[in-house]
Amino acid sequence: MRRAANVLRIVALGALLAFLLTPQSFARLFAPFTEYGAPPIYDQGNLLTLALAQLGTVLLAAAASSLVAVGLGILVTRPSGAEFLPLSRTLVNIGQTFPPVAVLAVAVPLVGFGLKPTLIALFAYGLLPIFENTMVGLKTVPAAVLEAASGMGMSARQRLLSVELPLAMPLILEGIRLSLVISVGTATIGSTVAAKGLGEVIIAGLLSNNTAFILQGGLVTGLMAVLLYDALAGLERRLCARAHIE
Amino acid sequence: MITIENLTKRYGATAVVDGVSMEIAGNSLTVIVGTSGSGKSTLLRMVNRLVEPSSGRVLIDGHDTRDEPAHLLRRRIGYAIQGHGLFPHRTVAENIATVPRLLGWDAGRIRARVEELLRAFQLDPAVYAGQLPHQLSGGQQQRVGVARALAVEPALLLMDEPFGALDPIIRAKAQEDLLEVRRRFGTTIVLVTHDMDEAFRLGDRVAVMSEGRVLQYDRPAVLLTRPADPFVSRMTGIAGRALRLLTLISAGEAAIPGAGDGPEVVASATLHDVLSELVWRGVDSVRVVDADGTPRGRLTVAAILARGRP
Repeated sequence: MRRAANVLRIVALGALLAFLLTPQSFARLFAPFTEYGAPPIYDQGNLLTLALAQLGTVLLAAAASSLVAVGLGILVTRPSGAEFLPLSRTLVNIGQTFPPVAVLAVAVPLVGFGLKPTLIALFAYGLLPIFENTMVGLKTVPAAVLEAASGMGMSARQRLLSVELPLAMPLILEGIRLSLVISVGTATIGSTVAAKGLGEVIIAGLLSNNTAFILQGGLVTGLMAVLLYDALAGLERRLCARAHIE
Repeated sequence: MITIENLTKRYGATAVVDGVSMEIAGNSLTVIVGTSGSGKSTLLRMVNRLVEPSSGRVLIDGHDTRDEPAHLLRRRIGYAIQGHGLFPHRTVAENIATVPRLLGWDAGRIRARVEELLRAFQLDPAVYAGQLPHQLSGGQQQRVGVARALAVEPALLLMDEPFGALDPIIRAKAQEDLLEVRRRFGTTIVLVTHDMDEAFRLGDRVAVMSEGRVLQYDRPAVLLTRPADPFVSRMTGIAGRALRLLTLISAGEAAIPGAGDGPEVVASATLHDVLSELVWRGVDSVRVVDADGTPRGRLTVAAILARGRP
Protein backbone atom coordinates (compact mmCIF):
# COMPACT_ATOMS: atom_id res chain seq x y z
CA MET A 1 0.00 0.00 0.00
CA ARG A 2 2.76 2.35 0.99
CA ARG A 3 4.78 1.44 -2.10
CA ALA A 4 1.79 2.29 -4.32
CA ALA A 5 1.35 5.64 -2.57
CA ASN A 6 5.02 6.49 -3.04
CA VAL A 7 4.86 5.59 -6.72
CA LEU A 8 1.85 7.84 -7.16
CA ARG A 9 3.64 10.68 -5.41
CA ILE A 10 6.66 10.40 -7.64
CA VAL A 11 4.55 10.18 -10.77
CA ALA A 12 2.48 13.22 -9.80
CA LEU A 13 5.53 15.28 -8.87
CA GLY A 14 7.32 14.16 -12.00
CA ALA A 15 4.39 15.09 -14.21
CA LEU A 16 4.06 18.49 -12.59
CA LEU A 17 7.75 19.32 -12.88
CA ALA A 18 7.91 18.05 -16.45
CA PHE A 19 5.01 20.25 -17.41
CA LEU A 20 6.36 23.34 -15.66
CA LEU A 21 9.87 22.94 -17.05
CA THR A 22 9.03 21.86 -20.60
CA PRO A 23 5.45 22.89 -21.18
CA GLN A 24 5.64 22.74 -24.92
CA SER A 25 6.24 19.01 -24.85
CA PHE A 26 2.68 18.62 -23.67
CA ALA A 27 1.30 20.60 -26.60
CA ARG A 28 -0.20 17.57 -28.29
CA LEU A 29 -1.99 16.58 -25.07
CA PHE A 30 -3.81 19.88 -24.84
CA ALA A 31 -4.37 20.48 -28.52
CA PRO A 32 -7.80 18.75 -28.61
CA PHE A 33 -9.08 21.34 -26.15
CA THR A 34 -8.45 24.33 -28.38
CA GLU A 35 -10.41 25.77 -31.26
CA TYR A 36 -9.47 27.64 -34.43
CA GLY A 37 -5.76 27.00 -34.00
CA ALA A 38 -5.39 28.76 -30.65
CA PRO A 39 -2.11 28.02 -28.81
CA PRO A 40 -2.45 24.80 -26.78
CA ILE A 41 0.09 25.86 -24.15
CA TYR A 42 -0.04 29.15 -22.27
CA ASP A 43 2.59 31.37 -23.83
CA GLN A 44 2.05 34.79 -22.28
CA GLY A 45 4.24 34.00 -19.31
CA ASN A 46 6.56 31.40 -17.84
CA LEU A 47 4.41 28.71 -16.17
CA LEU A 48 7.11 27.76 -13.70
CA THR A 49 7.55 31.36 -12.57
CA LEU A 50 3.81 31.75 -12.18
CA ALA A 51 3.52 28.55 -10.16
CA LEU A 52 6.34 29.53 -7.84
CA ALA A 53 4.93 33.02 -7.45
CA GLN A 54 1.58 31.57 -6.43
CA LEU A 55 3.26 29.23 -3.97
CA GLY A 56 5.23 32.09 -2.51
CA THR A 57 2.10 34.18 -2.03
CA VAL A 58 0.34 31.30 -0.33
CA LEU A 59 3.22 30.58 2.04
CA LEU A 60 3.53 34.22 3.02
CA ALA A 61 -0.18 34.54 3.72
CA ALA A 62 -0.20 31.24 5.61
CA ALA A 63 2.67 32.34 7.82
CA ALA A 64 0.77 35.48 8.74
CA SER A 65 -2.52 33.64 9.31
CA SER A 66 -0.81 31.02 11.43
CA LEU A 67 0.85 33.58 13.63
CA VAL A 68 -2.30 35.57 14.20
CA ALA A 69 -4.71 32.63 14.48
CA VAL A 70 -2.52 30.61 16.87
CA GLY A 71 -1.88 33.73 18.91
CA LEU A 72 -5.60 34.45 19.11
CA GLY A 73 -6.31 30.82 19.92
CA ILE A 74 -3.89 30.95 22.83
CA LEU A 75 -5.30 34.26 24.02
CA VAL A 76 -8.90 33.15 24.20
CA THR A 77 -8.05 29.96 26.09
CA ARG A 78 -6.36 31.89 28.89
CA PRO A 79 -8.52 32.85 31.87
CA SER A 80 -7.81 36.52 31.23
CA GLY A 81 -8.63 36.26 27.53
CA ALA A 82 -11.81 34.19 27.72
CA GLU A 83 -14.00 37.24 27.30
CA PHE A 84 -12.47 37.87 23.88
CA LEU A 85 -13.70 34.57 22.54
CA PRO A 86 -16.98 35.77 20.99
CA LEU A 87 -15.27 38.74 19.35
CA SER A 88 -12.41 36.67 18.01
CA ARG A 89 -14.75 34.07 16.68
CA THR A 90 -16.80 36.69 14.91
CA LEU A 91 -13.79 38.29 13.29
CA VAL A 92 -12.36 35.00 12.16
CA ASN A 93 -15.72 33.87 10.81
CA ILE A 94 -16.13 37.07 8.88
CA GLY A 95 -12.75 36.44 7.35
CA GLN A 96 -14.02 33.11 6.12
CA THR A 97 -17.49 33.97 4.96
CA PHE A 98 -16.59 37.23 3.27
CA PRO A 99 -15.80 36.04 -0.28
CA PRO A 100 -12.10 36.50 -1.01
CA VAL A 101 -12.99 38.21 -4.26
CA ALA A 102 -14.96 40.77 -2.30
CA VAL A 103 -12.04 41.26 0.07
CA LEU A 104 -9.90 41.96 -2.98
CA ALA A 105 -12.38 44.51 -4.22
CA VAL A 106 -12.30 46.28 -0.85
CA ALA A 107 -8.54 46.04 -0.38
CA VAL A 108 -7.46 47.31 -3.80
CA PRO A 109 -8.53 50.95 -3.30
CA LEU A 110 -6.70 50.86 0.02
CA VAL A 111 -3.41 49.14 -0.81
CA GLY A 112 -3.29 49.06 -4.59
CA PHE A 113 -3.06 46.16 -7.02
CA GLY A 114 -0.85 43.11 -7.07
CA LEU A 115 0.52 41.10 -4.17
CA LYS A 116 -0.76 43.17 -1.22
CA PRO A 117 -4.54 42.83 -1.65
CA THR A 118 -4.09 39.14 -2.50
CA LEU A 119 -2.17 38.57 0.72
CA ILE A 120 -4.89 40.32 2.69
CA ALA A 121 -7.60 38.20 1.13
CA LEU A 122 -5.72 34.94 1.68
CA PHE A 123 -4.80 35.95 5.21
CA ALA A 124 -8.41 36.61 6.18
CA TYR A 125 -9.64 33.47 4.47
CA GLY A 126 -7.07 31.26 6.18
CA LEU A 127 -7.70 32.25 9.78
CA LEU A 128 -10.69 30.09 10.63
CA PRO A 129 -9.32 26.53 10.39
CA ILE A 130 -6.19 27.46 12.31
CA PHE A 131 -8.02 29.41 15.02
CA GLU A 132 -10.65 26.77 15.66
CA ASN A 133 -8.13 23.95 15.68
CA THR A 134 -5.83 25.81 18.03
CA MET A 135 -8.70 26.37 20.42
CA VAL A 136 -9.86 22.78 20.34
CA GLY A 137 -6.29 21.53 20.63
CA LEU A 138 -5.64 23.62 23.71
CA LYS A 139 -8.99 22.84 25.31
CA THR A 140 -8.58 19.09 24.96
CA VAL A 141 -5.35 18.86 26.90
CA PRO A 142 -6.29 16.42 29.71
CA ALA A 143 -7.26 18.23 32.91
CA ALA A 144 -5.10 15.96 35.08
CA VAL A 145 -2.04 16.89 33.02
CA LEU A 146 -2.73 20.61 33.42
CA GLU A 147 -3.38 20.17 37.13
CA ALA A 148 -0.13 18.25 37.56
CA ALA A 149 1.83 20.86 35.61
CA SER A 150 0.52 23.67 37.81
CA GLY A 151 0.85 21.62 40.97
CA MET A 152 4.50 20.93 40.28
CA GLY A 153 5.31 24.59 40.08
CA MET A 154 5.29 25.49 36.39
CA SER A 155 4.48 29.10 35.75
CA ALA A 156 1.62 29.80 33.34
CA ARG A 157 4.12 30.50 30.56
CA GLN A 158 6.08 27.30 31.19
CA ARG A 159 2.87 25.34 31.23
CA LEU A 160 1.82 26.81 27.90
CA LEU A 161 5.15 26.18 26.21
CA SER A 162 6.07 22.80 27.70
CA VAL A 163 2.71 21.15 28.05
CA GLU A 164 -0.24 22.81 26.33
CA LEU A 165 1.27 23.76 22.97
CA PRO A 166 3.15 20.50 22.39
CA LEU A 167 0.02 18.50 23.15
CA ALA A 168 -2.13 20.74 20.95
CA MET A 169 0.42 20.68 18.15
CA PRO A 170 -1.11 17.90 16.03
CA LEU A 171 -4.40 19.75 15.79
CA ILE A 172 -2.74 23.10 15.19
CA LEU A 173 -0.57 21.70 12.41
CA GLU A 174 -3.64 20.06 10.93
CA GLY A 175 -5.38 23.42 10.86
CA ILE A 176 -2.40 25.10 9.24
CA ARG A 177 -2.17 22.40 6.64
CA LEU A 178 -5.84 22.73 5.78
CA SER A 179 -5.63 26.47 5.58
CA LEU A 180 -2.54 26.36 3.40
CA VAL A 181 -3.93 23.92 0.92
CA ILE A 182 -7.22 25.74 0.52
CA SER A 183 -5.19 28.89 -0.02
CA VAL A 184 -3.36 27.35 -2.96
CA GLY A 185 -6.60 27.15 -4.90
CA THR A 186 -7.96 30.44 -3.64
CA ALA A 187 -4.78 32.27 -4.61
CA THR A 188 -5.76 32.07 -8.25
CA ILE A 189 -8.13 34.98 -7.72
CA GLY A 190 -5.12 37.18 -7.15
CA SER A 191 -4.70 37.36 -10.88
CA THR A 192 -7.84 39.47 -11.11
CA VAL A 193 -5.87 42.23 -9.40
CA ALA A 194 -2.63 41.62 -11.28
CA ALA A 195 -0.90 39.46 -8.73
CA LYS A 196 1.49 36.99 -10.29
CA GLY A 197 0.01 33.51 -10.30
CA LEU A 198 -1.62 30.71 -12.25
CA GLY A 199 -4.90 32.55 -12.11
CA GLU A 200 -3.86 34.53 -15.16
CA VAL A 201 -3.64 31.30 -17.15
CA ILE A 202 -7.19 30.43 -16.19
CA ILE A 203 -8.44 33.95 -16.81
CA ALA A 204 -6.73 34.11 -20.20
CA GLY A 205 -8.44 30.85 -21.02
CA LEU A 206 -11.84 32.20 -19.94
CA LEU A 207 -11.41 35.41 -21.89
CA SER A 208 -10.31 33.77 -25.11
CA ASN A 209 -12.50 30.71 -24.75
CA ASN A 210 -9.42 28.49 -24.65
CA THR A 211 -10.24 25.38 -22.63
CA ALA A 212 -6.64 24.20 -22.80
CA PHE A 213 -5.47 27.23 -20.85
CA ILE A 214 -8.18 26.75 -18.24
CA LEU A 215 -7.19 23.11 -17.84
CA GLN A 216 -3.52 23.93 -17.48
CA GLY A 217 -4.07 26.57 -14.86
CA GLY A 218 -6.50 24.35 -12.95
CA LEU A 219 -4.47 21.17 -13.14
CA VAL A 220 -1.20 22.73 -12.05
CA THR A 221 -2.92 24.46 -9.14
CA GLY A 222 -4.70 21.25 -8.19
CA LEU A 223 -1.56 19.14 -8.37
CA MET A 224 0.37 21.66 -6.31
CA ALA A 225 -2.34 21.60 -3.68
CA VAL A 226 -2.44 17.82 -3.49
CA LEU A 227 1.33 17.40 -3.36
CA LEU A 228 1.62 20.10 -0.72
CA TYR A 229 -1.09 18.45 1.37
CA ASP A 230 0.69 15.15 1.16
CA ALA A 231 4.13 16.56 1.92
CA LEU A 232 2.86 18.47 4.92
CA ALA A 233 1.09 15.40 6.26
CA GLY A 234 4.36 13.53 6.14
CA LEU A 235 6.20 16.36 7.86
CA GLU A 236 3.52 16.56 10.54
CA ARG A 237 3.78 12.84 11.21
CA ARG A 238 7.52 12.98 11.54
CA LEU A 239 7.48 16.04 13.81
CA CYS A 240 4.89 14.53 16.11
CA ALA A 241 6.62 11.17 16.27
CA ARG A 242 9.85 12.85 17.26
CA ALA A 243 8.11 14.74 20.05
CA HIS A 244 6.32 11.60 21.23
CA ILE A 245 2.94 13.10 20.40
CA GLU A 246 0.25 11.06 18.71
CA MET B 1 4.94 21.85 60.27
CA ILE B 2 1.73 23.05 58.66
CA THR B 3 -0.61 25.40 60.43
CA ILE B 4 -3.96 25.97 58.78
CA GLU B 5 -5.62 29.04 60.26
CA ASN B 6 -9.31 29.58 59.76
CA LEU B 7 -9.17 28.71 56.08
CA THR B 8 -12.31 29.48 54.08
CA LYS B 9 -13.12 29.20 50.40
CA ARG B 10 -16.32 30.63 49.04
CA TYR B 11 -17.77 30.20 45.58
CA GLY B 12 -20.54 32.74 45.43
CA ALA B 13 -22.60 32.34 48.57
CA THR B 14 -21.51 28.79 49.36
CA ALA B 15 -18.57 28.12 51.63
CA VAL B 16 -16.93 25.03 50.18
CA VAL B 17 -14.38 25.12 52.97
CA ASP B 18 -15.63 26.81 56.10
CA GLY B 19 -13.21 28.12 58.72
CA VAL B 20 -10.92 25.11 58.96
CA SER B 21 -8.05 25.21 61.42
CA MET B 22 -5.60 22.37 61.87
CA GLU B 23 -2.05 21.67 62.93
CA ILE B 24 -0.18 19.02 61.01
CA ALA B 25 2.97 17.74 62.62
CA GLY B 26 6.17 17.07 60.73
CA ASN B 27 6.96 13.53 59.62
CA SER B 28 3.33 12.46 60.01
CA LEU B 29 0.80 11.04 57.62
CA THR B 30 -2.47 12.91 57.88
CA VAL B 31 -5.50 11.69 56.00
CA ILE B 32 -8.39 13.98 55.21
CA VAL B 33 -11.46 11.89 54.58
CA GLY B 34 -14.97 12.82 53.57
CA THR B 35 -17.69 12.27 51.01
CA SER B 36 -17.78 14.04 47.63
CA GLY B 37 -18.40 17.73 48.04
CA SER B 38 -17.10 17.81 51.60
CA GLY B 39 -14.39 20.26 50.56
CA LYS B 40 -11.45 17.95 51.21
CA SER B 41 -9.81 18.42 47.81
CA THR B 42 -10.31 22.16 47.95
CA LEU B 43 -8.73 22.25 51.39
CA LEU B 44 -5.72 20.32 50.13
CA ARG B 45 -5.35 22.56 47.13
CA MET B 46 -5.33 25.63 49.30
CA VAL B 47 -2.19 24.35 50.98
CA ASN B 48 -0.22 24.61 47.75
CA ARG B 49 -2.29 27.52 46.47
CA LEU B 50 -3.77 25.81 43.46
CA VAL B 51 -6.87 27.36 44.98
CA GLU B 52 -6.53 30.73 46.63
CA PRO B 53 -8.38 31.00 49.96
CA SER B 54 -11.17 33.52 50.39
CA SER B 55 -9.91 34.10 53.91
CA GLY B 56 -7.52 32.57 56.40
CA ARG B 57 -3.96 31.51 55.84
CA VAL B 58 -1.59 28.57 55.71
CA LEU B 59 1.76 28.55 57.44
CA ILE B 60 4.40 26.04 56.45
CA ASP B 61 7.27 25.91 58.95
CA GLY B 62 6.15 29.28 60.19
CA HIS B 63 6.15 30.98 56.78
CA ASP B 64 2.93 32.26 55.28
CA THR B 65 2.44 30.56 51.93
CA ARG B 66 1.46 33.86 50.40
CA ASP B 67 4.93 35.32 50.97
CA GLU B 68 6.22 34.04 47.65
CA PRO B 69 4.82 33.45 44.14
CA ALA B 70 2.59 30.40 44.12
CA HIS B 71 4.50 28.52 41.44
CA LEU B 72 7.75 28.81 43.40
CA LEU B 73 6.05 27.51 46.53
CA ARG B 74 4.78 24.51 44.64
CA ARG B 75 8.22 23.49 43.49
CA ARG B 76 9.00 22.63 47.08
CA ILE B 77 5.82 20.68 47.69
CA GLY B 78 5.23 17.28 46.16
CA TYR B 79 1.83 16.87 44.51
CA ALA B 80 0.33 13.58 43.35
CA ILE B 81 -3.20 13.29 42.03
CA GLN B 82 -5.70 10.72 40.93
CA GLY B 83 -5.11 9.94 37.30
CA HIS B 84 -1.43 10.79 37.94
CA GLY B 85 -1.35 13.49 35.25
CA LEU B 86 1.84 12.20 33.68
CA PHE B 87 2.91 14.20 30.64
CA PRO B 88 2.01 11.93 27.72
CA HIS B 89 4.61 13.49 25.45
CA ARG B 90 7.53 12.98 27.81
CA THR B 91 9.35 9.83 28.83
CA VAL B 92 9.24 8.47 32.36
CA ALA B 93 12.66 9.95 33.08
CA GLU B 94 11.65 13.33 31.67
CA ASN B 95 8.46 13.31 33.72
CA ILE B 96 10.32 12.63 36.94
CA ALA B 97 12.92 15.25 36.01
CA THR B 98 10.30 18.00 35.72
CA VAL B 99 10.80 19.79 39.02
CA PRO B 100 14.57 19.24 39.14
CA ARG B 101 14.74 20.91 35.75
CA LEU B 102 12.57 23.78 36.96
CA LEU B 103 15.01 24.20 39.84
CA GLY B 104 18.00 24.17 37.52
CA TRP B 105 19.70 20.96 38.64
CA ASP B 106 22.52 19.81 36.39
CA ALA B 107 21.99 16.87 34.09
CA GLY B 108 24.15 14.44 36.02
CA ARG B 109 22.37 15.07 39.29
CA ILE B 110 19.00 14.72 37.59
CA ARG B 111 19.96 11.44 35.99
CA ALA B 112 21.21 10.01 39.26
CA ARG B 113 18.06 11.07 41.08
CA VAL B 114 15.78 9.62 38.40
CA GLU B 115 17.55 6.27 38.62
CA GLU B 116 17.43 6.30 42.40
CA LEU B 117 13.70 6.97 42.44
CA LEU B 118 12.88 4.40 39.77
CA ARG B 119 14.72 1.76 41.74
CA ALA B 120 12.98 2.80 44.95
CA PHE B 121 9.66 2.14 43.22
CA GLN B 122 10.80 -1.19 41.77
CA LEU B 123 11.04 0.04 38.18
CA ASP B 124 14.26 -0.96 36.44
CA PRO B 125 15.73 2.28 35.04
CA ALA B 126 17.25 0.50 32.07
CA VAL B 127 13.81 -0.67 31.03
CA TYR B 128 11.48 2.12 32.11
CA ALA B 129 13.38 5.40 32.01
CA GLY B 130 12.94 5.82 28.27
CA GLN B 131 9.36 4.61 28.03
CA LEU B 132 6.34 6.79 27.48
CA PRO B 133 3.47 6.81 29.98
CA HIS B 134 1.06 5.06 27.66
CA GLN B 135 3.41 2.10 27.53
CA LEU B 136 3.09 1.49 31.27
CA SER B 137 0.42 -0.32 33.22
CA GLY B 138 -1.90 1.64 35.51
CA GLY B 139 0.00 0.63 38.61
CA GLN B 140 3.33 1.61 37.06
CA GLN B 141 1.95 4.97 35.97
CA GLN B 142 0.75 5.63 39.48
CA ARG B 143 4.18 4.80 40.88
CA VAL B 144 5.87 7.12 38.40
CA GLY B 145 3.42 9.83 39.44
CA VAL B 146 4.45 9.51 43.08
CA ALA B 147 8.14 9.27 42.13
CA ARG B 148 7.74 12.47 40.16
CA ALA B 149 6.20 14.17 43.19
CA LEU B 150 9.18 13.12 45.32
CA ALA B 151 11.85 14.12 42.79
CA VAL B 152 13.37 16.93 44.82
CA GLU B 153 12.82 15.21 48.17
CA PRO B 154 10.21 17.71 49.34
CA ALA B 155 9.52 17.94 53.05
CA LEU B 156 5.81 17.93 52.28
CA LEU B 157 3.83 15.69 49.96
CA LEU B 158 0.20 16.36 49.07
CA MET B 159 -1.86 13.58 47.57
CA ASP B 160 -5.38 13.84 46.21
CA GLU B 161 -7.01 10.41 45.94
CA PRO B 162 -3.78 9.04 44.45
CA PHE B 163 -4.88 5.41 44.60
CA GLY B 164 -8.45 5.92 43.46
CA ALA B 165 -8.04 4.48 40.00
CA LEU B 166 -6.16 1.34 41.04
CA ASP B 167 -7.55 -2.13 41.45
CA PRO B 168 -7.59 -3.50 45.03
CA ILE B 169 -4.44 -5.60 44.79
CA ILE B 170 -2.27 -2.86 43.32
CA ARG B 171 -3.89 -0.39 45.64
CA ALA B 172 -2.79 -2.30 48.72
CA LYS B 173 0.75 -2.50 47.35
CA ALA B 174 0.75 1.22 46.56
CA GLN B 175 -0.37 2.02 50.10
CA GLU B 176 2.44 -0.12 51.50
CA ASP B 177 4.91 1.65 49.24
CA LEU B 178 3.71 4.98 50.55
CA LEU B 179 4.30 3.90 54.13
CA GLU B 180 7.76 2.75 53.09
CA VAL B 181 8.43 6.13 51.46
CA ARG B 182 7.41 7.81 54.66
CA ARG B 183 9.72 5.58 56.68
CA ARG B 184 12.63 6.17 54.33
CA PHE B 185 12.41 9.88 53.65
CA GLY B 186 10.54 11.17 56.68
CA THR B 187 8.24 13.20 54.41
CA THR B 188 5.19 14.86 55.91
CA ILE B 189 2.25 13.54 53.92
CA VAL B 190 -1.26 14.90 53.64
CA LEU B 191 -3.57 12.59 51.75
CA VAL B 192 -7.15 13.11 50.71
CA THR B 193 -9.46 10.15 50.19
CA HIS B 194 -13.07 9.11 50.45
CA ASP B 195 -12.06 5.60 51.48
CA MET B 196 -12.26 5.09 55.22
CA ASP B 197 -10.31 1.83 55.07
CA GLU B 198 -7.47 3.67 53.44
CA ALA B 199 -7.64 6.41 56.06
CA PHE B 200 -7.41 3.91 58.85
CA ARG B 201 -4.68 1.96 57.15
CA LEU B 202 -2.41 4.92 56.45
CA GLY B 203 -3.22 7.76 58.81
CA ASP B 204 -1.41 8.72 61.97
CA ARG B 205 -4.21 11.23 62.34
CA VAL B 206 -7.42 11.41 60.40
CA ALA B 207 -9.59 14.47 59.77
CA VAL B 208 -13.22 13.81 58.90
CA MET B 209 -14.75 16.54 56.77
CA SER B 210 -18.32 17.25 55.93
CA GLU B 211 -19.83 20.28 54.22
CA GLY B 212 -16.66 22.29 54.45
CA ARG B 213 -15.98 21.69 58.12
CA VAL B 214 -13.63 19.37 59.95
CA LEU B 215 -15.80 17.42 62.34
CA GLN B 216 -13.01 15.59 64.09
CA TYR B 217 -9.27 15.44 63.73
CA ASP B 218 -7.53 12.83 65.83
CA ARG B 219 -5.91 9.44 65.87
CA PRO B 220 -8.02 6.80 64.14
CA ALA B 221 -8.69 4.92 67.37
CA VAL B 222 -10.17 8.02 68.97
CA LEU B 223 -12.45 8.53 65.96
CA LEU B 224 -13.84 5.10 66.70
CA THR B 225 -14.00 5.19 70.47
CA ARG B 226 -14.93 8.85 70.99
CA PRO B 227 -16.64 10.12 67.84
CA ALA B 228 -17.31 13.85 68.05
CA ASP B 229 -20.29 13.75 65.73
CA PRO B 230 -22.84 11.17 64.53
CA PHE B 231 -21.50 11.78 61.01
CA VAL B 232 -18.07 10.61 62.12
CA SER B 233 -19.43 7.37 63.49
CA ARG B 234 -21.48 6.91 60.32
CA MET B 235 -18.37 7.35 58.22
CA THR B 236 -16.27 4.98 60.29
CA GLY B 237 -19.16 2.58 60.34
CA ILE B 238 -21.05 1.53 63.43
CA ALA B 239 -21.67 -2.05 62.39
CA GLY B 240 -18.03 -3.00 62.04
CA ARG B 241 -16.43 -0.67 64.55
CA ALA B 242 -15.01 -3.32 66.85
CA LEU B 243 -13.35 -5.07 63.95
CA ARG B 244 -12.11 -1.77 62.62
CA LEU B 245 -10.55 -1.04 65.97
CA LEU B 246 -8.72 -4.33 65.67
CA THR B 247 -7.17 -3.19 62.38
CA LEU B 248 -5.34 -0.51 64.30
CA ILE B 249 -3.46 -2.83 66.62
CA SER B 250 -0.66 -5.09 65.50
CA ALA B 251 -0.11 -8.60 66.75
CA GLY B 252 3.28 -7.59 68.07
CA GLU B 253 1.77 -4.81 70.20
CA ALA B 254 -0.88 -7.08 71.72
CA ALA B 255 1.21 -10.22 72.11
CA ILE B 256 1.15 -11.79 75.55
CA PRO B 257 4.62 -12.80 76.59
CA GLY B 258 5.27 -16.48 76.88
CA ALA B 259 5.34 -19.58 74.78
CA GLY B 260 2.23 -20.44 72.86
CA ASP B 261 0.83 -23.04 70.58
CA GLY B 262 -0.94 -23.02 67.28
CA PRO B 263 0.00 -21.53 63.91
CA GLU B 264 2.47 -18.66 63.53
CA VAL B 265 1.51 -15.10 62.65
CA VAL B 266 3.87 -12.20 61.93
CA ALA B 267 4.06 -9.44 64.50
CA SER B 268 3.18 -6.86 61.85
CA ALA B 269 -0.20 -8.43 61.09
CA THR B 270 -3.23 -6.59 62.44
CA LEU B 271 -5.39 -8.18 65.11
CA HIS B 272 -8.21 -8.04 62.59
CA ASP B 273 -6.31 -10.32 60.24
CA VAL B 274 -5.13 -12.57 63.07
CA LEU B 275 -8.69 -13.00 64.30
CA SER B 276 -9.80 -13.79 60.80
CA GLU B 277 -7.12 -16.45 60.57
CA LEU B 278 -8.15 -17.96 63.91
CA VAL B 279 -11.77 -18.17 62.81
CA TRP B 280 -10.77 -19.66 59.48
CA ARG B 281 -8.68 -22.35 61.04
CA GLY B 282 -10.97 -22.97 63.96
CA VAL B 283 -8.16 -22.70 66.52
CA ASP B 284 -8.02 -20.78 69.73
CA SER B 285 -4.49 -19.42 69.87
CA VAL B 286 -1.51 -18.45 67.78
CA ARG B 287 2.18 -17.81 68.20
CA VAL B 288 3.42 -14.33 67.31
CA VAL B 289 6.81 -14.11 65.61
CA ASP B 290 8.86 -11.36 64.04
CA ALA B 291 9.60 -11.29 60.34
CA ASP B 292 12.86 -13.10 60.96
CA GLY B 293 11.20 -15.77 63.08
CA THR B 294 12.05 -14.54 66.58
CA PRO B 295 9.18 -15.40 68.89
CA ARG B 296 7.31 -12.43 70.36
CA GLY B 297 4.66 -14.15 72.38
CA ARG B 298 1.19 -15.51 71.90
CA LEU B 299 -2.38 -14.45 71.32
CA THR B 300 -5.73 -16.01 72.04
CA VAL B 301 -9.19 -15.26 70.69
CA ALA B 302 -10.24 -13.94 74.09
CA ALA B 303 -7.22 -11.63 74.28
CA ILE B 304 -7.97 -10.27 70.83
CA LEU B 305 -11.65 -9.77 71.57
CA ALA B 306 -10.77 -7.82 74.69
CA ARG B 307 -8.81 -5.39 72.51
CA GLY B 308 -11.82 -4.75 70.37
CA ARG B 309 -13.58 -2.88 73.10
CA PRO B 310 -12.97 0.82 73.60
